[in-house]
Amino acid sequence: MSSPSSPGPPSRSGALLLRFNNSRNALGFVFMLPAAIFLLGFLTYPLGLGVWLGFTDTRIGRAGDFIGLQNYIYLMDDEVFWLSVFNTVIYTLVASILKFALGLWLALILNEKLPFKSFFRAIVLLPWVVPTVLSALAFWWIYDAQFSILSWSLMKLGLIQQPINFLGDPFNARVSVIAANVWRGIPFVAISLLAGLQTIPVSLQEAASLDGATPWKRFRYVTLPMLTPIIAVVMTFSVLFTFTDFQLIYVLTKGGPVNATHLMATLSFQRGIPGGQLGEGAAIAVAMIPFLLASILFSFFGLQRRKWQQGGKD
Amino acid sequence: MKINRRDLLAASAGIAGAAGLGLTGSRPAFAQEPSYTPEAGASLRLLRWAPFVQGDEDAWLANTKKFTEATGVEVRVDKESWEDIRPKAAVTANVGSGPDMVLCWFDDAHQYPDKLVDLTDLGTYLDGKYGGFYDGLKGYAMRGDKFIALPLAAIGNAVCYRQSHIEAAGFKEFPNDTAGFLDLCKAMKAKGTPAGFAHGKAVGDGNNYVHWLLWSHGGKMVDESGVVAINSPETIAAINYAKALYETFIPGTESWQDINNNRAFLAGQVSLTANGVSLYYAAKKDEKLKDLTADLRATLFPVGPVGTGVELYQTTQAVVFNHTKYPNACKAYLKFMYEAEQMNAWITGSSAYCCQPLKAFASNPVWTADPMHAPYAKASETLRPNGYAGPLGYASAAVMADYVLVDMFAAAVTGASTPEEAVAQAEKRANRYYKV
Repeated sequence: MSSPSSPGPPSRSGALLLRFNNSRNALGFVFMLPAAIFLLGFLTYPLGLGVWLGFTDTRIGRAGDFIGLQNYIYLMDDEVFWLSVFNTVIYTLVASILKFALGLWLALILNEKLPFKSFFRAIVLLPWVVPTVLSALAFWWIYDAQFSILSWSLMKLGLIQQPINFLGDPFNARVSVIAANVWRGIPFVAISLLAGLQTIPVSLQEAASLDGATPWKRFRYVTLPMLTPIIAVVMTFSVLFTFTDFQLIYVLTKGGPVNATHLMATLSFQRGIPGGQLGEGAAIAVAMIPFLLASILFSFFGLQRRKWQQGGKD
Repeated sequence: MKINRRDLLAASAGIAGAAGLGLTGSRPAFAQEPSYTPEAGASLRLLRWAPFVQGDEDAWLANTKKFTEATGVEVRVDKESWEDIRPKAAVTANVGSGPDMVLCWFDDAHQYPDKLVDLTDLGTYLDGKYGGFYDGLKGYAMRGDKFIALPLAAIGNAVCYRQSHIEAAGFKEFPNDTAGFLDLCKAMKAKGTPAGFAHGKAVGDGNNYVHWLLWSHGGKMVDESGVVAINSPETIAAINYAKALYETFIPGTESWQDINNNRAFLAGQVSLTANGVSLYYAAKKDEKLKDLTADLRATLFPVGPVGTGVELYQTTQAVVFNHTKYPNACKAYLKFMYEAEQMNAWITGSSAYCCQPLKAFASNPVWTADPMHAPYAKASETLRPNGYAGPLGYASAAVMADYVLVDMFAAAVTGASTPEEAVAQAEKRANRYYKV
C-alpha cells in the first residue's frame, strides 16, 4: 500500500491545465477542432478557391488576374453554355422523377411479403455497386451505332430495319443517357425508401384497414406522409448526384452529338482542364451552385413541411 | 566491370553518333554534344500514353532499362489512356508536382511553356546530328528559338479501305482527289459497303478528319497573325463537301468516338475509314480476319482544291517539368532515348505507328518492311500544325480541346445548323480564345 502523501501546491502550468480540463467551452473547442480543420481544409477552401478562380482568367500553367464578372458575362452570351444548362436541367428533372417513381414502386414491392426477399433486395443493389465507369462502358456497347444489342434484337424481331441511332441523334442521345442514369440511380432511391417504409408501424396500416381505407388511401394518407422526411433526404441526394453527373456522359458521348448531351459538369471539365481555361471552367462549375442550392432549399423547406408530412395540404 | 555514368554517357553518345553516321551516310555538322551528369540519387518518373501497338511499349521499356543499367538512375514509366495525358499533364504543370517528364500531345507544351525545362541545348544537338527535326514537329516543340519540348513522333493517319470493295464499286485504283473520293464513297454506299468517318467527339480521328476537310479546301481557323479566319467561302465549300460525303456514310457516325471506326471496320460494317496502322495490326493478329487483312489497303487522304496533301496527324512531344529535382537526369535520359541505337529500336518496335521526329531516321527499315507501312512513312514530313496558319499556343490548343471544328462540321452535316450558322458559331467560339 502506498502511503498518502500530500501534493505540493500546483505549478502555474498545472493550474492552467486544471482550468482547461474543467472548462467545457475550451474542451468543446478542442474536440471540434479536427472536424473544423477537416471542413475548412477539404470543403471550404476548395469551394472558396473554385469561386475565386471563376473571377479570374487563370489558365493552366499561368496564375490569373482578377477579371470580375467577365467569365460570367461571356457565358451569358455562350450558346454552348446555355445548351449545357438546358441539358442539365432536363437531365436532372426527368431522371430524378423517373428514379423517384420507379424507386418508390420497387421499394413498395420489396416491402411486401415476398419469397427470397433478401435475395431480391441484394439484386436491386447491383447497378449501384457496379462502378459507374464500368456500367457506362456497358451502356456504350448497348447504345453503339453498329453493334447495339437492342438494335440487333429489334431487327431480329423484324420491328426495325436498321440500327437505332441512339447516341447520334440529339433527342435519342438525351433519352439514352437519361435511361442509363435512371438504371444506375434507382437502387439508391429504392433501398433508401425501403428503409423508410420499414419504419412505418404496421399498426397504423392495420388501423386504417379496419377503418375501411382502400390500399390507395392507405398509401396516400398513411405511407406517403410518413415517408416524406425520407423522400426529402433521398431526393435531395439523388438530385445532387444527377445534377453533377459526369462519368456517364464522358464515357457515352463526351457531350455530343453537337453538345446535345453536354452537362454543366462535363462542359466545365472540357473548358477547364483539356481546354486550359481554369477560370472559365470554374465559373461554369460555380454557376451550378444556385441550381443545387435551390434544389436543397426546395427539399428542406418544401418536402419537409410538417403539414405535408401530416397528410395535409397547403 | 562496372561502368560509371560518365563513361556510359560518353560511350553511348559515341555509339549513337556512329549509328547516326551509318544512317545519313555522311558526317553531319552538328552542334557541340552536351553532357549531362545525373544528379546523385536521381530517380525519374515519366508519364506516357498507353501504347497502341505493343512493340512500342516493349521497345521503350527496353531502352529505359538499358539507361537504368548504364546510369543507375531508376525511371518509372507510368502509362495512361492517351486522352487522359492532356489533363494530367495540365494538372502536373499547374500544381508543380507529379511526373518529371510527360509524353504529351499536340500543342500541350505551348499551354504552359513557363513550367518546362529549356531543352534548347539538347534539341539543337539532336537537330544537328540527325539531319534535323521535321518542320511541323519542330513547331510544336519550339517557342521562339527555344526548345520547350523535344518532338518525339507523328502518329500517321491514312485512309484504310477494302480493295475488293472499291473494285466492286467500279474503281480499280483509289482516287487521289476529293471529287473522285466522293464518287467512290457514293458508289460504295450503293453497293452496301459504305464508308465511315468520325463526326463525334473523337479527339484523334475526329480532328484528323475535319482538319483534312477544312485544309484540303483552303479553309483555315486563323490567319498568320492569329486573327480568326474560319468564316470564309473555302470553309463553306469544305462543309458542303463534308455534307455530301456524310450522306454516303454508315448511319451513326455523329456519335463515333475514336474507337468506333476501328470496331466498325474490323466487323465489316464499313469498308473505308481512316486510322493509324494499329487497325492493320488489330486485323492481322486476329486469325478470323485473315481475308480482311489480305484485302486491307492504306493510302494518303485525297488531295483537295488546294492541290497538295494537308493533314493534321497527332504529334507527341517529350517535356520536362521544371519542378523536377533531377533536370540533368531527365536530359540524360532523353538524350539516351533519342540516340540512334535506341530511337531506331523504338521506331522499329512501333511498327510504323510512330513516325520519326528526325530526318535521319526516315531510312529505318520498318517503312519498307510491309507495304501497309508506306502511307504512314511521311507523316512527320507532311503534317500541318494545329491552329494553322497562326501561332501555336494557348488559343490553338483550347480551340481543339473545345472541339470547335469538330462541332462545326458535325452541326452542319447532321442538319442541326446550316453551313453558314455552323461557321458563324465556330467563328464566335474561336474568337473567344484568340482574342485573349
